[in-house]
Amino acid sequence: MSVVSLALASRTYRGVPLKGTRFSFNLSTNSGYSVIDFNRERSSSFKKHITCVTRQFSSQPHNPKVPKAATWKPISEDQLPPPTKIPADLVDKLERLALVDFRTKQGLACLEKAIRFADQLHIVDTSGVEPMDSVLEDRSLYVRDDAVTEGNCAEDLLQLSKNTVEEYFVAPPGNIPLPKREERAAMLKHAEF
Amino acid sequence: MAASCVAASELLHNMRQTSIFYPKASCLIRRISTTSIQSDSQPQLKAKSVPQQLVGVVGLEIHAQINSSTKLFSGSPVRFSAPPNSLVSFFDASLPGTLPVLNKRCVEAAVMTGLSLNCTINRKSLFDRKHYFYADLPAGYQITQHRRPIAVDGTLTYSLFGGKKKNQMIRKKVHIKQIQLEQDSGKSLHDDARSQTLIDLNRAGVGLMELVMEPDMSCGEEAAAAVRELQLILQALGTCQGNMSEGQLRVDANVSVHRPGEPLGIRTEVKNINSVRYLARAINYEIQRQIDVLQRGGTVQSETRAYDSKSGETIPMRDKEGLQDYRFMPEPNLPPLIVYEDNASLTTCIDACQAVVVQKIKEGLPELPSVKRDRLVQTHGILPEHSFTLVNEEGLVEFFEAVLKETKKEPRKVIGWVTNELLGHLKQQDLSVSQSPISPSALAELLELHEMGHISSSVAKQVFQEMWRSSGKTALQITQEQDLGLVSDTAQLHSICQQVVDSHPDEVQAIRNGNKKVLNKLMGLVQKETKGRADPVLVRGILQKKTS
Repeated sequence: MSVVSLALASRTYRGVPLKGTRFSFNLSTNSGYSVIDFNRERSSSFKKHITCVTRQFSSQPHNPKVPKAATWKPISEDQLPPPTKIPADLVDKLERLALVDFRTKQGLACLEKAIRFADQLHIVDTSGVEPMDSVLEDRSLYVRDDAVTEGNCAEDLLQLSKNTVEEYFVAPPGNIPLPKREERAAMLKHAEF
Repeated sequence: MAASCVAASELLHNMRQTSIFYPKASCLIRRISTTSIQSDSQPQLKAKSVPQQLVGVVGLEIHAQINSSTKLFSGSPVRFSAPPNSLVSFFDASLPGTLPVLNKRCVEAAVMTGLSLNCTINRKSLFDRKHYFYADLPAGYQITQHRRPIAVDGTLTYSLFGGKKKNQMIRKKVHIKQIQLEQDSGKSLHDDARSQTLIDLNRAGVGLMELVMEPDMSCGEEAAAAVRELQLILQALGTCQGNMSEGQLRVDANVSVHRPGEPLGIRTEVKNINSVRYLARAINYEIQRQIDVLQRGGTVQSETRAYDSKSGETIPMRDKEGLQDYRFMPEPNLPPLIVYEDNASLTTCIDACQAVVVQKIKEGLPELPSVKRDRLVQTHGILPEHSFTLVNEEGLVEFFEAVLKETKKEPRKVIGWVTNELLGHLKQQDLSVSQSPISPSALAELLELHEMGHISSSVAKQVFQEMWRSSGKTALQITQEQDLGLVSDTAQLHSICQQVVDSHPDEVQAIRNGNKKVLNKLMGLVQKETKGRADPVLVRGILQKKTS
């Protein structure tokens, strides 16, 4: 079917010093996309020995569950949990949370396809592995001194806004409960903001 | 067009006025708590179950603005009442491509506050995104500490007057669940007439410490005393200026009622409380309201209510639709925040100026209010109540100790002058201690005159009034100018006493018959004659001789 790709694009983080790292992840062998192997047989045999893997502020450099070299393997449909169906009120909730309308056939199909794609992650055995927040979590967080270096640029910022009054940004009135589904469709047609 | 522009600026002007007096008013509707102290799904209390025993349960959520020069994640300045959007960086405005850089001062402030509240400082804490859409939060999420806050599990000890006559100091304790670092939001000004919202992002991104207090309190007075103590601690530390009316300290109260021993009742959250005094009133109103609802056979709704200081009531706020889903997720742009126990635990690859070291912060902690009070009681022998009065008023301890340095009068006698005379006058005119027209040494001079027996205590009070009115004149000058010195000329006093004795034969007879108390009446008459300047010891002696 398809592969699970783990986005480990090399990004520069302002919050993280680039020098003084203790471990270097060598991911440069993957050009374009990264591929991970989830060999179930192998990982389950390791399960007994690594029931509790704890990291001390960093990833274990050699977690036996993480393969040394990336491999590629298709996943068959029967290995996955049953496909998720999205009920109408869940769509409604998601639309409200995200302030995005996607209540069309295509929109729903797209969402279900995305969930199906992510379903493949269920196959990865992560028991005993503490989840990572970030690939940079073993680096120390950069902190800065409490000295003023920015601000005083109201003019620059305000000119980015379509609507301003004096030195204020202008937004639609807040705290109004979102209109019902039917009203919303009508409102979007005449939306100005 | 021109006319509408004028109208717009007038409206804005008015709104700015409001925002100065009620800086919180514009944003109160959407402040939402991260932590729920009491469960909403607890069994509902019915009125039939012996209502007379219902008692209040109060927990607090406090947002304290960190007193720093710059914001939590950006280098733009922090200031109150600056021109709109003048304190905003590209990051604060959430422009694409900008990233957070943590302010070390804010971390240190949170650690200091945590240590002072006996918290455990988490060596590793994490940042999370809390999502909601609101125009004064341009990123669509707030960076907070949801999973692992910087400090947990502390206590705050506070005291309040209790007992039957409300004159006993009672010491109480409230547990601090956690202290988390998070960003403040901007401010919204709602222009209902034009159906629009004006956004000022000056406050967006300012560092906050959210303190969560467990529901260990039972009434408004306890909550107010706890907040007052916290305010003093924050001010002593300098981690927050603690001014509630300027929104530097914002308190939300979670209030419920139940019968002791039973599960907690359904709670409401009371917001929009702008002072410690209103906090007590709002909570007590809310407790009584809930008791009334239950006694009428109703049930308390889980809701957010706003306190209206004019009517003294709490009113329901516009309801959010169902439960909010904040979609918490780890903040991907910030690795875990590590603080170090001591210098020895620093790893070699950490730059020393980068590290936040708990031990170093501990050593630099100033004297906390409770320690200061104990010290005052012990070294000067004053009452605990007086130590509270002294510490409660900024600069009063220093004033008191400066007076003590220049007078031989006992501290126990000086304290009344400072807490009654001086503080009374200051309060009457709404002045701070630093604005007092009477300096510590001037007061010391006055007290010295009294101590040496040059003036009586009633005259001393008279002189104090005069010094207050015409500042600059010394106590000695006033005493001399107005001839207020104590009359200790024996001959003069003898003749005055003789007159009094001669004109009050009945009283004299009563004293001779054994009713010694009547002597005080004669003493009062002598003092009246001398306008309070007669040396009381001498007068008593003379009168006793003449009436024996």
